Amino acid sequence: MSTPLTSLDRPNSYIGRSVPRPNAKRLLAGRGRYVSDLKLPRMLHAAFLRSPHAHAKIVAIHADEARALEGVHLVATGTDLAGICAPWTGTLDHFKGMTSAPQLPLPLDRVVWAGQAVVAVVAESRAIAEDALELIEVDYADLPVVVDIDSAREVGGPLINPGSAHNTCFRSQLDSGSVDDAFAHAAHVVEEEFSFGRHTAVTLEPRAIVADYDPAAGMLTVHHGTQTPYQFQDLYSRHYGIPEARVRVIASDIGGSFGMKLHVYHEDMAVVGLSILLGRPVKYVADRMESFVSDIHARDHRVRARMALDAKGEILAMDVEDLTAIGAFSTYPRTSVVEGNQVIRLIGAPYRFKNYRATLEVIFQNKVQTSQYRAVGHPIACAVTERLVDMAASKIGLDPFAIRGQNVIPDDAYPQTSPTGYRFEALSHQACLKRLHEIMDYDGLRAEQAALRKRGVYRGIGIATFVEITNPSPAFYGVGGARISSQDGAILSLTPSGEVRCLISVTEQGQGTEAIISQIVADQLGIAQERVKVITGDTEVTPHGGATWACRGAGIGGETALQATRALKRNILEIAALILQEQPSALDIVDGEVVDAVTRKPRLPIAEIARIAYFRSDTLPPGTQAQLTVSHHFAPQGYPFAFTNGIQGCALEVDVETGLVKLLRHFIVEDCGRVINPMLVDEQLRGGIVQGLGAALFEECRYSDTGQLMNGSLADYLVPMPMEMPDIVIAHVETPTADTVLGAKGVGEAGTAAASACVLNAVNDALAPFDATINSIPITPAKVLKALKRF
Amino acid sequence: MNGLGETLLDEADETVRVRLIVNGRKVNCEVAPRDTLVDCLRDKLELTGTHAGCEMGACGACLVQLDGRAVHSCLVFAVQADGARIDTIEGLSERGVIADLQAEFHRRNALQCGFCTPGMLVNAQELLSRVAQPSREEIRDALSGNYCRCTGYEAIVDAIDAVAKERSKARNAGGGGA
Repeated sequence: MSTPLTSLDRPNSYIGRSVPRPNAKRLLAGRGRYVSDLKLPRMLHAAFLRSPHAHAKIVAIHADEARALEGVHLVATGTDLAGICAPWTGTLDHFKGMTSAPQLPLPLDRVVWAGQAVVAVVAESRAIAEDALELIEVDYADLPVVVDIDSAREVGGPLINPGSAHNTCFRSQLDSGSVDDAFAHAAHVVEEEFSFGRHTAVTLEPRAIVADYDPAAGMLTVHHGTQTPYQFQDLYSRHYGIPEARVRVIASDIGGSFGMKLHVYHEDMAVVGLSILLGRPVKYVADRMESFVSDIHARDHRVRARMALDAKGEILAMDVEDLTAIGAFSTYPRTSVVEGNQVIRLIGAPYRFKNYRATLEVIFQNKVQTSQYRAVGHPIACAVTERLVDMAASKIGLDPFAIRGQNVIPDDAYPQTSPTGYRFEALSHQACLKRLHEIMDYDGLRAEQAALRKRGVYRGIGIATFVEITNPSPAFYGVGGARISSQDGAILSLTPSGEVRCLISVTEQGQGTEAIISQIVADQLGIAQERVKVITGDTEVTPHGGATWACRGAGIGGETALQATRALKRNILEIAALILQEQPSALDIVDGEVVDAVTRKPRLPIAEIARIAYFRSDTLPPGTQAQLTVSHHFAPQGYPFAFTNGIQGCALEVDVETGLVKLLRHFIVEDCGRVINPMLVDEQLRGGIVQGLGAALFEECRYSDTGQLMNGSLADYLVPMPMEMPDIVIAHVETPTADTVLGAKGVGEAGTAAASACVLNAVNDALAPFDATINSIPITPAKVLKALKRF
Repeated sequence: MNGLGETLLDEADETVRVRLIVNGRKVNCEVAPRDTLVDCLRDKLELTGTHAGCEMGACGACLVQLDGRAVHSCLVFAVQADGARIDTIEGLSERGVIADLQAEFHRRNALQCGFCTPGMLVNAQELLSRVAQPSREEIRDALSGNYCRCTGYEAIVDAIDAVAKERSKARNAGGGGA
């Protein structure tokens, strides 16, 4: 019954095939249904008054004029919502010793970042709500502001959370092998301090939510632009004391997410409370300015790292210190320490050295929270590791490919455990390195670089290997006490007309979840893809599951769909066997027809089986109960994570007069295991790389020393635009995971993981003739000119 | 007590009737002077295919055709559009004028979340109406005010490039026959 997954020449073989996304046509016609488009009967609109101070005591709120404005239904402060919403705390048990203050939708007596929502107004229209905001006066008393890592760590300095002894959220240490010994005996040591600026997701559709509480039914429905509807169903239920079955979260089309829209936001929690207080639907869509000051930010790390090598360039040890500044709170429910944790655990991951020491310190400051955003920690771990490898190569006189070739864990040496405790099932660094060398035409690029340098043109070539965490098991959040599922569920039905409907817990943000699930179902059942309808994102109809984050949709959701489909196929063939007087094992399904398993001769359309089962069950043998709906859950077992790997390369040109960097060409060789849809995988890689290139060169949330975000608009915060972005050449190596039948691993974060490291190495390569180095991201023209001592 | 409130409300309440030809049909709607065209299209006319991304003309999500030219509907007040012909993604789709672009975007997966896509298509149509065979560089340049966080742009450039070539071929074939 198990047909090979990769044979593309049989009918309905969709796994491994580039087919367009069926659901994309709606979006192309302007028929997307985003939460920001939604209008409900009697719907009201919320707007928020935000704190102009980064840290201040709320002395008084004067809102009478606002309350009196015609069209205003409710003005709510922290106290109003605290009465109905249980506070939340962004800690997890497996991060030992971490602390964070309890949070409420709106603050009671203190604001802790500039832009924090303080008062909510609900009105007939957003415009009236915003008019009312102008009528509210809040008296604040300034408190000392903590806006940088060093002042936050100063003993005796200002404290962000009263009652705590310091501004540290979490500390962690790893020590494996004998690091001091390795450094003592090293022939070469390279060392650098790196800084990684804050950046943010800038989804084109800002956060959007419509909460609709019906007091008569005791039912809360939330239309929420999120990746994780089940997580929010659980949270709204528990924090507002509504039974889970009476909370429905619907995640329809969503205009980008990238991890940003799976965190609890104060405004979103407030909107649910406002709807409960009013018994009417309440809508809130962040405007772009609000997004910049209230969406999570990411990164903001300072890493000091050193690497020891022997005389031949063999890496012996690494020693790392990561300081990262989050906001005044740790984000809920996934915390703000996962990024730092992944930085110290992913550093050095491609290489086979065994001596590793790292410390992590996560620090509070008066800024908006940082948390998980595409490629969580990976870009930092990759940039630190890969830059040090390049520095070592240059010191020892090795080519960047050669030093990596000699240090990566060999492809035939798996399974392996990293010194940080990660277990790698099978990676393919050697194959990827070799392939990248070919597709880049590395020797050609070097020759061209040398020729151009003579003419005063400074090209740089950079490469960066990476390891990516995908398919997370409960080891990620579940063990820490978070009610975030690592399993997925699917309900699969053969409809009366012989089509298939698949309700599945993984969600769609445009990456093609619904497309690949329909490919897997069609492939495994033996039916045309257009006869499979996939439904996602509604807790009332789709089974509970993890949904989509941390590159789990294809690997875990896909395997769920595969196993569910095989179960449905068994059930269909059982009925077919009864009708045809055959053994089920003698039958198969091809293109919607039950066929003879050996001769492939058609025997009976599955539509006919459905017709008989649904409408003429009287013609089936007595005692037969056709089960043409199956429900199936799949939780990953075996390795705690399915690690993937790859390598990126880039060529760029640095204008040493202006400091501007022009990206010429980018390359990636990636191994995400079984590729379900090569086109969609490539587009994930391209989009991910460009997100990493934005981080490398442009993106940074810049704060004043009073904690004001200085560039919080799309005119001031630079995102990668088409003109600056290069074409991207892609190649694949396929090492399927043996933990699943499907063999797929994740791919959504691979591009972002290494793109900025690659650019960092290439810029440094370009600047090598000047003895100038860059150790900070984003690489702005000012930093380049400073390195060149021209600014 | 409610003096300022009433002043604000009066201003907000005062509406103006604007008459537009939207997607080929005459419509009139009551708008406040401060309402932008994008709000009018989305809220009053329920044409939600046009999106608001930045509300300052930087992202291109709100592009529509105004008298045949691509404009940022977030930078135009609805009252300024009085008497104008507005074509949105809905109308352009229904008329079939961008069917080739849509098909090519679909075939190449030149969209993910789709939020930027209507603006991209309006701008692509604008470019191809002015330059018959743009180079890739010219396509990238023309799109330099259209932000997409998902795709990395390459597939979008490829799709527009392919359609430009097809349209040129069709024009030349048509010209040869005439």
